[in-house]
Amino acid sequence: MPRKKLRVLIAKPGLDGHDRGAKVICRALRDAGMEVIYTGLRRTPEEIVNAAVQEDVDLIGLSILSGAHPILFPKIMKLLRDKGAGDIPVIAGGIIPEKDIPRMKRLGIREIFLPGTSTQDIIRWIEEHIGKGKPKAKK
Amino acid sequence: MSQDRLKRGKVPLSVGEAYERWRKEKYLPASKEAHRPEATFTTVSGRKIKELYTPDDLAGFDYFLDLGFPGEYPFTRGIHPTMYRGRLWTMRQFSGFGTAEDTNKRYKYLLRHGQTGLSVAFHLPTLMGVDSDHPLAQGEIGKCGVAVDSLADMEVLFRGIPLDKITTSMTINAPAAVLWAMYIAVAEKKGISPRVISGTIQNDILKEYIAQKTFIFPPHPSMKLIVDTFEYGAKEVPRWNTISISGYHIREAGATAVQELAFTLRDGIEYVEWALERGLKVDEFAPRLSYFFNAHNDFFEEVAKFRAARKIWARVMKDRFGARNPRSWWLRFHTQTSGVSLMAQQPYNNVVRVALQALSAVLGGTQSLHTNSLDETYALPSEQAVTIALRTQQIIAHESGVANVIDPLGGSYYVEALTREMEEEATAYIKKIDDMGGMVRAIELGFPQREIADSAYWYQRAVEKKEKIIVGVNAFEMAHEPIPILEIDEAVARHQLARLREVRRTRNKTLVAHALSDLKKAARDGQNLMPFLLSSVKTYATLGEIMDALKEVFGEYQEPISY
Repeated sequence: MPRKKLRVLIAKPGLDGHDRGAKVICRALRDAGMEVIYTGLRRTPEEIVNAAVQEDVDLIGLSILSGAHPILFPKIMKLLRDKGAGDIPVIAGGIIPEKDIPRMKRLGIREIFLPGTSTQDIIRWIEEHIGKGKPKAKK
Repeated sequence: MSQDRLKRGKVPLSVGEAYERWRKEKYLPASKEAHRPEATFTTVSGRKIKELYTPDDLAGFDYFLDLGFPGEYPFTRGIHPTMYRGRLWTMRQFSGFGTAEDTNKRYKYLLRHGQTGLSVAFHLPTLMGVDSDHPLAQGEIGKCGVAVDSLADMEVLFRGIPLDKITTSMTINAPAAVLWAMYIAVAEKKGISPRVISGTIQNDILKEYIAQKTFIFPPHPSMKLIVDTFEYGAKEVPRWNTISISGYHIREAGATAVQELAFTLRDGIEYVEWALERGLKVDEFAPRLSYFFNAHNDFFEEVAKFRAARKIWARVMKDRFGARNPRSWWLRFHTQTSGVSLMAQQPYNNVVRVALQALSAVLGGTQSLHTNSLDETYALPSEQAVTIALRTQQIIAHESGVANVIDPLGGSYYVEALTREMEEEATAYIKKIDDMGGMVRAIELGFPQREIADSAYWYQRAVEKKEKIIVGVNAFEMAHEPIPILEIDEAVARHQLARLREVRRTRNKTLVAHALSDLKKAARDGQNLMPFLLSSVKTYATLGEIMDALKEVFGEYQEPISY
């Protein structure tokens, strides 16, 4: 059966404009054969969740460096559930203090990648936990 | 004797020929047995580096044309005749967090410990021109800098600080004119004339579109507002640097050293062109232009970058723009050590990285310096970490001896060859952007953004292939040990929101409405907005209200999304 590419949304919540990491991740995932949709900067939780639902993605990656994750991540997770998209796995990266990680994981964020993580490690994690692709859905 | 050594038969060898002989007979055979592959000998920007530099690399080098003397054109060796023998660089730690009270306390601490200038970091809502009670400000209040919503916050921020005796740098861009107006208003309230206050507003919108992305208005009205500040400053606040043309963020976003150099100087050219277009005389505003560069890991490449920057700018101002005042030819610059080069792993190693980067800035002739704190990959710096960062500068200044002599690396074959190479490459980039129709046009075409994203991705792959080694990250790894970090209490947000409510409740609403309506009218009529901004902030109109008024006239910029 032909397999469609894994569709990933890379999203940038928070007011900061640090998009170097998000853009590098987009390119690395694309080069690993995934289909990547990038939201651009300063997206609200509503915009991110709407994009994930509309684009029917297999995975959401959140990049944040502003320190607003304790407020914004719970909102995003709740909105996903409210829209019936609570099954889309979410991962995150950026500047997230270690002591916040257990709390973020309890929200349902599957993995948090800290500064210095290799893009290859992220790709490996995605392939192990989400898969390389899934049967192509005929629309 | 030396001639004998160089002689091969009867014909004396030139240095170039002698170098080739040495390379073939000595270096290459020996390097075959070496363990380090030739491909790894590149700078952090990917520049190939030869194994040895000789006078042969400086063919055509002319001491007077290429270097000159400190304080003399083309200023390669420094803009002042005495450099650090006359006065050390300004030690200026960028700082701001929580409420204005919290940051005011930190400023007084830093001034007590020998810091010689202030540098304000605003929180993200202020950088984006929204008030703390705006939905986008949720979770961001006081996190990345100090919360400033109105003149009331600014008054607290500078309480007990003599604005006529210190200089203040404010990192603010899209709303720079408004924050500057607030600073001027605070000085006036303290009875200090705007004519004597001194400092810098970053006010560099081009690098926002290119790299840091805290833009608000589209490029054209943004540039207009910046020229307003040049014009107003030249007349009313003559000791103020009305712009700090910044390569720092361009580099942090992933640019190479040459891209940082070229894009930043081309931004500078763009500002000069727009100001000339307004009818300003180059020698009236150019002496107040200042620069801001990054000090990254590759020591010599950075020193060469700073030296090349001065030389290129002097030529541009003199030849391209016909400036006559030597002060217009000066490239004065602030430096900050590289944030992205700091690592979360084994964070104490960051102290060493910062020291080396700071040393490159000093050897490159910087006018002021911020040294990053070891904990900044995690959060804003703790008081202990920021003290070590300041002490690093003081050790370089007072113990290392490097400040005893001007431009100590001048004449190094390697540094001079690198300086010249970077000058040539940056000049080619500048030409390319000229041909596109200038920097605003290049930004609209996405050119600098794409170049930077390409470089960032190249570097990431080089690290992952271990072509670039980062100690503690892809080599010499160790088990992780957490360090103490500064946390911003959510009480900060409550305090800030309470003060904002209080300001809105107690001010004269009619005065606010009038001021904002005058501001909008002036914006529509294309007048210089500075006097209107000053009147507005004095009524305690908030930053968000002022920016909203201007958005109605100017519109908002939407970035094309790409990666």
